[in-house]
Amino acid sequence: MSFLEMRSVSKYYGEGENRVHAIENVSLSVERGSLVAVMGPSGSGKSTLLTIAGTLEEPSSGEVLIDGRSVSAMSRNDKARLRRRTIGYVFQDFNLLPGLTAAENVSLPLELDGLAAKRAAQVGVAALEELGLSERAEHYPDELSGGERQRVAIARAVVGQRHLLLADEPSGALDSLNGEAVMRLILGACREREVAAIVVTHDAQLASWADRVIFLRDGRIVDQTVPPPSPESLLEHTTRS
Amino acid sequence: MSVRHALLGLLSEGPKYGHQLRQEFEATTGDVWPLNVGQVYTTLQRLERDGLVESDELTAEGPQKDYRITDEGRHELAEWLRTPPDLTSPPRDELVIKVLVALGLPGVDVREVVQVHRRYLVELMQQWTRLKEDEADSDLALALVVDAELFRLDSVIRWLDAVDGRVKRAHLQPARSDAAAPRLRRRLVVKR
Repeated sequence: MSFLEMRSVSKYYGEGENRVHAIENVSLSVERGSLVAVMGPSGSGKSTLLTIAGTLEEPSSGEVLIDGRSVSAMSRNDKARLRRRTIGYVFQDFNLLPGLTAAENVSLPLELDGLAAKRAAQVGVAALEELGLSERAEHYPDELSGGERQRVAIARAVVGQRHLLLADEPSGALDSLNGEAVMRLILGACREREVAAIVVTHDAQLASWADRVIFLRDGRIVDQTVPPPSPESLLEHTTRS
Repeated sequence: MSVRHALLGLLSEGPKYGHQLRQEFEATTGDVWPLNVGQVYTTLQRLERDGLVESDELTAEGPQKDYRITDEGRHELAEWLRTPPDLTSPPRDELVIKVLVALGLPGVDVREVVQVHRRYLVELMQQWTRLKEDEADSDLALALVVDAELFRLDSVIRWLDAVDGRVKRAHLQPARSDAAAPRLRRRLVVKR
């Protein structure tokens, strides 16, 4: 069963002649353990799709189901709990709190969710260790490189039992090797923690890490990749050429 | 792909025989460019004819015959490494031609044609990325070869994105007439 399902979701702003569609009739499902990339130019509706999937915005029409439950049928409290416990967000500009250390940034959502501070800190440090950042745990964001900050943001997004990871241009201004490291971490979270992930990006190199790439144009899904054959076919191709 | 210079590079490490050169060539290119042994020997014969390598005349002909790089060969290799490949003349790119033809055809949606190619390229990139995901940590040569392919394919996709954007803009803002906006045309000479 899909962990995230969007059924005929539309979002428009304004009314009558001034109505502008941000996304139109978008249907999309993401299984646990799989990474889906949504590719499209600026203004194609990528970020709107992501904020609706993450329950940060409500659709004008259509339905969003997370782990089989319809989001529109949930109370405000249920939605808030879902956002705290189930969904992790990664943004282009990392969004780390400058006054907290890397470890505190990661453990904060757990503490907010009622976990004792000491226990939350242990889980936070463990999540950083998993991403090779244990030595940076006590550093503040401005003492970290861009690549390290984004790894902290990913640790925060998957800490605890979060099973839906939503990333908006997660490699932002990082160079290509750091961008690759970010995608490896996200893919690792999918494979090892059974996370369902959506990455929206205009960058084909990032998108190519995904199991499936969906193409968004003017708010509509116009196409998607079919599962690629094994990489060995590339070698057969180069033998021929 | 210059097999000739790649073999000179391998021989600059010390004398080697044909089968060994073939194995090492494949390893240093991340096993992405397979090479048949016949091609190795033909290339070695040409290199020998040109005085860039020499073989040990005392050993019998066959798979164990050793080849060595000459001073002239070393000079040739050093020159080649620093000579930029010819990237100056725009090639008559098949994809560019397809898009230009589509642009002039009534009833053809250029953006739809662009998307067909974009999807194909992204699928190809997914395969290269899988190869990198599985192996690249332990194989530097493979990572470099795969990166080169990914950057090349990525640049084609970026061009398609630009086509998409320009065509969309052209539809939103109909072109001004030629009289109102005299255009400078530059003739691009495309060499084959």
